[in-house]
Amino acid sequence: MAFGPHLLLAALEGLVTAAVLALTALGLSLVFGVMRVVNVAHGEFFMLGAVLAWAISTAISGHAALGFLAALVLAPLIVGLIALVAERLVLRRLNYNPEATIVATIGMLYIIQQLALTFYGPEARPVEPPFSYRILLPWFGYSGYKLSIIAASALLLVATWFVLTRTKIGLVMRATQYDSETAQAFGIPVDRVYAGVFALGAMLAAVAAVLIVPISQAHYLMGQDPLLLSFIVVIIGGLGSLRGTVVAAVLIGLSDGIISVFFSPTLAKIIATLLVAMVLVFRPQGLFGTASR
Amino acid sequence: MTDKNGFFDLSRTGLTRRTALKGLAAGAGLAVAPGFVRYSQAQSSAPIKIGFQSHRTGIGAAYGRWYERTTAAAVKAINDAGGINGRPVEVIIEDDGTDPGRGAEVVGKFATQHKTDIVYGTLFSHVVIGSAPAAGEAKMPYFVVSEGHHVASTKLNRYVFQPGITDVKSQIQAMAPWIAANAGKKVTQIFPDFAFGYDHRDYLPPALKAQGAEVIAQIAIPPTESSFTKYFPQIPAETEVIYHVMVGPAVLTFVKELGEFYGSNRPQLFGFIDSLEATDINSPGLEFLDGSHFWEGSPRYAQPDDSAAQKAYRAAVGIDDNGAAVGDPKDVSTAAHMFGCWETLYVVKKAMEDAGYKGPEDRAKLVEATEALTEFAEGPEHPQGPKTFNGKIHQCFGIQNISKVEGGRLNVVHKTKIEDGLYEPEGDYTTQAL
Repeated sequence: MAFGPHLLLAALEGLVTAAVLALTALGLSLVFGVMRVVNVAHGEFFMLGAVLAWAISTAISGHAALGFLAALVLAPLIVGLIALVAERLVLRRLNYNPEATIVATIGMLYIIQQLALTFYGPEARPVEPPFSYRILLPWFGYSGYKLSIIAASALLLVATWFVLTRTKIGLVMRATQYDSETAQAFGIPVDRVYAGVFALGAMLAAVAAVLIVPISQAHYLMGQDPLLLSFIVVIIGGLGSLRGTVVAAVLIGLSDGIISVFFSPTLAKIIATLLVAMVLVFRPQGLFGTASR
Repeated sequence: MTDKNGFFDLSRTGLTRRTALKGLAAGAGLAVAPGFVRYSQAQSSAPIKIGFQSHRTGIGAAYGRWYERTTAAAVKAINDAGGINGRPVEVIIEDDGTDPGRGAEVVGKFATQHKTDIVYGTLFSHVVIGSAPAAGEAKMPYFVVSEGHHVASTKLNRYVFQPGITDVKSQIQAMAPWIAANAGKKVTQIFPDFAFGYDHRDYLPPALKAQGAEVIAQIAIPPTESSFTKYFPQIPAETEVIYHVMVGPAVLTFVKELGEFYGSNRPQLFGFIDSLEATDINSPGLEFLDGSHFWEGSPRYAQPDDSAAQKAYRAAVGIDDNGAAVGDPKDVSTAAHMFGCWETLYVVKKAMEDAGYKGPEDRAKLVEATEALTEFAEGPEHPQGPKTFNGKIHQCFGIQNISKVEGGRLNVVHKTKIEDGLYEPEGDYTTQAL
């Protein structure tokens, strides 16, 4: 294949990766930014989103798009509810202690994963895409659905940005992130904000999973890779920074796509990890993060 | 580490010495409870204990579940017919997590804790390779149903056997003539970047060359990969056949993306069913496979010429004519491999009877008796077909099936002969000390 089309394919693949990664990493970043909780179980919320998407779309008969749309709405809501319960039952009782919550979310990771294995099973199950239009380029064919993922993800990111910067809920969240004690003194129900943010973070991961599941499959171990990549993105972009997360996701997604097409996927991972190390050494707060006070 | 709230301070969380001791005692009780001292009778009537190293979790979990069902059916049949040497067979299952490190631990646990007579069962090549040294060290006969070439390569040790399923090198050699004659001469290989994939990488090119065909590109894909489109530009345009071996949950994506990339104008496809074991061939996105060919150890779908033994085996294991669990058409089996569990257990039975096996002290005799076996006739004990066994390399050789995807099912279009898959032994386990 000639260089031009080859590069186009690589860039398209990279953008799809970046789109999903941005949503997932944003969830992780929000939870850390506002609550100072490193949620190791984040990838499992991603997996739950995919598994629920499968369950919902198979329960609804009729056109594939119907089941998918239902999954797109319901799966994140259910995952958010589960996250809310987990937050009330576990994180709150630990007073959001940074060390204890890491251990607790590791526990949650295993519990969720093994429950999925028990009730959903070890198979990888497919979800039908809402439409299966194949875009025929002169050199190769490409999935129309994959392109729609990029658009959907961009929309969701804009919506999240709007909520965070232009609404009262966003203001309350930012105030809590800036200084939770002062926020509390000003009458902000920090406790409820935490619960909401944790649920929102999980929901973002779940939405990303529902979007990706028609081109991937629902499998109980699928949460590991997104978790790792999300951490990489969040560290490079700066914890708690929306802009940084999106920029880092595009950077990692595109470079992963292009490097693994032209060289090898292993090299792409090596470079991403090296980048993390460099950022940690020279700019520990991340590209767009603010230095901690 | 700051511990402001005192989570790691035992005195503050109310954990006293007494509660700690209570917890320890309860934990110890739980650990001791299963599997221990359950049989205190005389050894003559005590069951023969088979330690089953199963992929209950991890990427092999779908295989593990069906290996367990097949094993349960075979053990029931053996016990109903009087057991082995008049003793019932008891299977003890431990999960290896489809992980080599854990696999070796499980073998150790069977040897020292459960004190099983043999260890049996595992599939994934990296687990077998990781566990074999532990089996050799414990002098524990280790019967695997793995398909990889590692046993027959004689690089493991004298205690490892694969008597129930043909190894990959033999499978490839037997099928290469059919691929060259029917699919095409210019082949691109796509395979997973670990042991099982390397068997394909190393043995397909010479096997095809002998038939006047050639491998023009080899594409290794990391086992954790979840998206494949980026690899497809590496497939040369003149490719006539794509030979694909993928394992793990991402295979559906692989096929779907291949479909999007090529559309209807695709090269011939030849694959190993390993990719689609436990997966419904009629899943959305798999339409692209229509008309392509697969290797199958034992056919998933009931075939018109199935023997009475094959039918009885399918009924005993509980799979319907589509190869799914009876009563649950969505629960698709790993039919192409799991027959090996059934057949391996009957080989163990035969070898134990030949050896007059009484207990762990006879393990060396069991190894020698297994090595003395030469062939297994087709029948209720070997429903997949007749096999020969080479005691020097601890490997059996049987027939292979090539099936075509048509009308939403797999129909066998070609069966190889045992002789097609025979090769020169690469070593001799029997020269190793017991």
